[in-house]
Parts: sequence; structure tokens; C-alpha cells
Amino acid sequence: MRHLLSTRDLSRDEAIALLDVAEDMAAVQEREVKKLPTLRGRTVVNLFFEDSTRTRISFEAAAKRLSADVINFSAKGSSVSKGESLKDTAQTLQAMGADGVVIRHPSSGAPFTLATSGWIDAGVVNAGDGTHEHPTQALLDAFTMRRRLHGDASRGRDLDGVRVVVVGDILHSRVARSNVWLLETLGADVTLVAPPTLVPVDVSGWPATIEYDLDRALADGPDVVMMLRIQAERMHGAFFPNSREYARTWGLDDHRFAQLPETTMVMHPGPMNRGLEIAARAADSTQSTVREQVANGVSVRMAALYLLLSGERGEAR
Amino acid sequence: MSESFLVRGATLPTGERADILLDGGRIAEVGTVADAAGATVVDADGLVALPGLVDLHTHLREPGYEQSETVLTGTQAAAAGGFTAVFAMANTFPVADTAGVVEQELSLGEAAGYATVQPIGAVTVGLKGERLAELGAMAASRARVRVFSDDGFCVFDPLLMRRALEYVKAFDGVIAQHAQEPRLTQGAQMNEGALSGELGLAGWPAVAEESIIARDVLLAEHVGSRLHVCHVSTAGSVEVIRWAKARGIDVTAEVTPHHLLLTEDLVAGYDPRYKVNPPLRRQEDVEALRAALADGTIDIVATDHAPHPVEAKESEWDAAANGMVGLESALSVVQQAMVDSGLMGWADVARVLSETPARIGRLAGHGEPIAVGSAAELTLVDPAASSEFGTDRLAGRSVNSPYLGRRLPGRVVATFHRGVPTLLDGAVRPADEVAEASARLTDGGARG
Repeated sequence: MRHLLSTRDLSRDEAIALLDVAEDMAAVQEREVKKLPTLRGRTVVNLFFEDSTRTRISFEAAAKRLSADVINFSAKGSSVSKGESLKDTAQTLQAMGADGVVIRHPSSGAPFTLATSGWIDAGVVNAGDGTHEHPTQALLDAFTMRRRLHGDASRGRDLDGVRVVVVGDILHSRVARSNVWLLETLGADVTLVAPPTLVPVDVSGWPATIEYDLDRALADGPDVVMMLRIQAERMHGAFFPNSREYARTWGLDDHRFAQLPETTMVMHPGPMNRGLEIAARAADSTQSTVREQVANGVSVRMAALYLLLSGERGEAR
Repeated sequence: MSESFLVRGATLPTGERADILLDGGRIAEVGTVADAAGATVVDADGLVALPGLVDLHTHLREPGYEQSETVLTGTQAAAAGGFTAVFAMANTFPVADTAGVVEQELSLGEAAGYATVQPIGAVTVGLKGERLAELGAMAASRARVRVFSDDGFCVFDPLLMRRALEYVKAFDGVIAQHAQEPRLTQGAQMNEGALSGELGLAGWPAVAEESIIARDVLLAEHVGSRLHVCHVSTAGSVEVIRWAKARGIDVTAEVTPHHLLLTEDLVAGYDPRYKVNPPLRRQEDVEALRAALADGTIDIVATDHAPHPVEAKESEWDAAANGMVGLESALSVVQQAMVDSGLMGWADVARVLSETPARIGRLAGHGEPIAVGSAAELTLVDPAASSEFGTDRLAGRSVNSPYLGRRLPGRVVATFHRGVPTLLDGAVRPADEVAEASARLTDGGARG
């Protein structure tokens, strides 16, 4: 794997192989010494143009547990407002000898531009770009589902027939996009639930069912309910009247949670707005995978960095 | 170089073969011309002769943004593309919203000599959309402004638009509207549709263009004014304009070459060369625009030539500037989209790229038929040529062309402005030669 930019161009075999490597990495996390020497002497730069402490420390932990040298480059705000272009930043990192760049950027496509521009030779991992994709989040979500469903027998398994309901701001969500493509590849059935204002205007080409009624989507007792974070700024953009109406109509409140089968997983990429898109009872229940998602995030990101930076560098993805 | 030129054996837009003698800034003879004493002979065997092309929508960037383009380099690009007149948009710095700025623009064009530079005046002060600029003063200035536009911004306030439409009737002016509903396009990055949703780029919906055009044609009808719609980009806009024309509303419309050829699919690689406003649309839109240009619903092709320095396009998509250079490639793109596809003939090309834009802009001395007594504004194009479009074809200061590396038909071989060659054998003539010839003509009182 040369870069990890999108889940869309991962084949089923590649995705499962990555999840299987993540299983190996998870096994390492259970040892007393959690560190592998694999990427000793390699340099990974966390290039964050947008604040995201959670994602950054997850990548940082992953790289360090593989013994890579980690440089955190925080370029908050847009590159343009800082006066330095993405190109100059990339060339600076190239000059410093970065082997891998983990990039978080507010502009959709910025990781793609970085990977294809010729400005830098490093392998590029998309850690979230604008409203486009967040591939490692989708991979850790799939990993979490697989582990809950199959436990120690997860290796080699796909998600055939698993019914996943994703609820929230689909329009602006890179998590939703990456999940839709990856879950389709792994064989899951995806239903997206949102107010119509937060669904892209034409999703006819998406491998997912669109549903505006959360209760109807939950009626069949899906295997997974994934709640997305509602950003504060959406409340000022006339996407819905107010947070109370949103919580009442599209939130996983106590009542809706109580109706779900005990086997239904409740997922959230974090950080959560408790009481808005998800009730505390659901978030803290044994059905909630929120903390597992965080732990699995490190394993999945270790797998991604390992596949990108160790050994032969393959063709561009 | 001599001051008269005998173009030998050209094919006229009507298809006839003729010699054309240019002398004293006029077309002196058309037909079979015996050797004219002292005239330089230009072999035009196999070449189509068109009246010099007129672009109603050019960004020359001077004053203020000379790193992108100047009046000199922009009119050199015009000459390379077969244009003999360009209407210069008002979004310079300072904005062309006073008589002083438009007269400066006019003078720079006269000094360069490559093409007539006809300034467009801003509709509102500073393009801010708040109060009318001194439209009358610009109209009465030496630049004789007749086209007014806030291009880049929509004159969104309906009352201000109504007043502008009304006011310019006093001097037979026209408001050229950049139709873009600002609230519906906040942060917009590309055409809104299935692809924008996948790419995670904020959408620029067709309705944001169509709703403004619909409002404006109704306003134009109500106050009995003339409206011109810039860079129409959607099939729905075509329907609105068709309806307005059928109703007798005095509206004209332009389409850019890129909207006749390119589609939004090109955005998938996030290459900012394809970032433009209005954005590239769907194939259905391209087809509707071609049909509308062929049937006259859309009156003209205008380039929206928008030069930008390299750094403005070497970036992530959101940060990149909107716009493409278009003067040098326009005729080739129109040939591919309209002529080679069988939708139009060369007489139609002369109409949409010369006659009608000159008429909409009330520009004398341009867009005249190739006939005795017409101004010596002439373009010779080799329609049989076909080549990969490269930076060698770009004569302006910027290289943000979406066609680089693409095979395009046709090649402009020669351009004559006021009888002076600005392009010969496909090469732009030197600046000092053109400036001198232009100065001689101006001193002689033959201002075109």
C-alpha cells in the first residue's frame, strides 16, 4: 500500500488483510511491553491543519508503538491564512526526510493533492479531510464490529449481512462517507438516517438506504447503530430548528435505546454530545463500543502505518 | 512591414473562396484581386477567414493584478486566439467604477495596439452591491462604456438591479449579470449533485443561477431594459432564457468555451485547473448549452479569460482561485464542440464570436462582415490543424489552462487589427512593431 486516502478504493481482500494485521497489533497491545521495533528509524509526521487531539494522539501512539520517530506539526487554521501553502509545508517535510505523513485538513481532497502532487515522496495517510473521508475511522469501526461479532475468530471475516444504521449529519460527515464505502465492500447493509437537510442532494449512487424516520430504521433491531456527532455550527445553518427538536427526532434517547435488542451495538466516533445525539444511558451501556473504538483505533492505525511504511512500497492507492 | 496585406485564397464564412485586400485600416477589396502594388501577400489557401473575434468577457487584471496579466499580455493572448477586441471586466484594483479607471484601461489598450480594449464599468461602487457606480460618467467618458457588470459578484439586491437596468437605458447600456444567488452558494466549490456529495465539496446548485436569471428577465421585462446574462452554465438556465425570449424580453446570453466542452467529472482528481465559477456542470448541461448556442437561445460565446498566477492554483481545492485562461483556446474549443460536431458552420462562428458580441456591446468597427469598406479586423484559422494544446500556445502571462495536454482541432494562423498583423504564421508579432503601427494609425486619425 502506497497511501491510505480513501476507503473507496480498498478491495475486500485489502480491507480484510488490514483488519487482520490490526488483530496482530491488538494482540501486542495486550502484552506488558506494547512496543514493536518495526518502524525504527522511520519518521512519521502528524500534519494537523485542524484541531483533533483524539485522532492525533491515536496516530501518535500507533507510530510510537511501532518505534517510529514522531513529529507533530500543528498548522491550525487554513494553510492560506497562515501564509504558508500546503506545497511549502510538504516540501519542508520532504526536506526533513519524512517517511510517512498523517494529514488532517479542513479541505476535502487535500490528502489526495499531497499524495499526487509530486511535492513529497512520503506515504500519506488521510486522517480526515474536510467533509470527504476519514478512512482509519471507518476501518476501526469495522474492526470493532467484527470483534464484537466474532471475537477471537475475527481473522479473515467480513461483515456480510450485518445491518448497520448510521444516524446524523451525513452531509458533512467524512466518517459516514468512509463507512458507507467500506461497509459496502465488506458486505454490510447500510441505512443512513438524517433530517433531509443533512443528506447530500443526490445519493442515488450510494450503496445505502436513506431513511428520515429513526424509529422505523430501528424497528427491525439492527446489528449496529452508529450515532454521528452534531456540530454546533449546524445549529445556526437552518439545517434543523433547534437542538431539542433534533434530539427528540434523531437522537438515540433512553426510550429508543430501551427498544433495541441487547445484541445491538451502539457506536459513536466521539466526541459525543451527551443528551443531544446520544443519551448517557446508551453511551455508557454495555452495548456501547465507544471505548473499544478508541482502543481499536490505535491497533488499526498501527496496521495502516505498518502496511504503508514497512518493507516494499507498492503502487499508489 | 508594408501597410497593406493581400490575403490570397481564403475561404469566407459563407464558404466562398476569395482574396481579401486590407489597406488603410479597411477592407479594400474582396473577390479576385490582381496583385496589389506593395501589398504583403498572405497565403490563405485552406484557411477560413473570419471577422476579427470579439470577446465580451475578458479579465485583463490591470490595474492591480499585474502578476496575473496586463493589458499588453492579455491582448497578446487575444491576438493569439484570433481576437481583435476584448471587453475588459471591471474587477481590477482599483475597480473600474469611475471614468478615470476606464479611461486608463482604454489608453493602455491603445498603447499596446494588439486589440481594441473596451472597458466594462462596474454596476456598483467597488463591486460591493450597495450603491450604483457613476454609470453615466463612465458612459460619457472617452471609453464610452456601454456594458456594466459586477462580474465575480451577482448584483443580488433586486431593487439595485432594477435601478441599474433602468438607469442605463439613458445611454443604451446593458447590465451583464453574473447570476449567482449568494446565499445558495456560500462556500460553494463545485456543481451540486451526486459527485459533490461523494467528493465532500460544497455544492453550487443550478438553481442558484436559474433563480437569478428568472428574476432578472422579469425585471428587464417590467422596466423595458436590456439584460445580458454572463456565462450561462445549466440546462435550466437555457430553458428560462428560451422562455424569456419567446415572451419578447430583451435578453442576450453568453456561454464560455469550457462550459461547451468540459464536465464536472474532471473535478474528481481535485486538480484546481478545473476550478471555475460558475462550475463545470454535467454532460446534460453541456449538451443543452450546445443546442442553445446552435439555435440562438444563447447568443454568443465569451471566454471569461481569467488568468491566475501559478501559486493560486497549486494548492488544495478549497484554497485555489476560480478561473481559467481562455482567449488562446476559445476558437479551437468552439470548433470541436460546435463545428466538428456538425451543430454550426463557420458563418455561425462569425456570428457568435464576432458579430453579435460587438452588437451587444455597441462596439463600432468590429463584427462587420468581410466586405469592402468594413474595418480591417480579420482572423485566419486553419480548421484542418490538430495538435496537443501546450503552453507554447499561451501568449498571456498565466498558464492556468484546462486544455494543456488535450488534443484540440484548429489553429489561428493570423490576426489583423485595424489592418495591422498582430499574429502571423501562428506567431504573435513583436510588441514594438505592433505599438508603432498602432501609433501611426492613431496619429493618422483612423481610430477604430
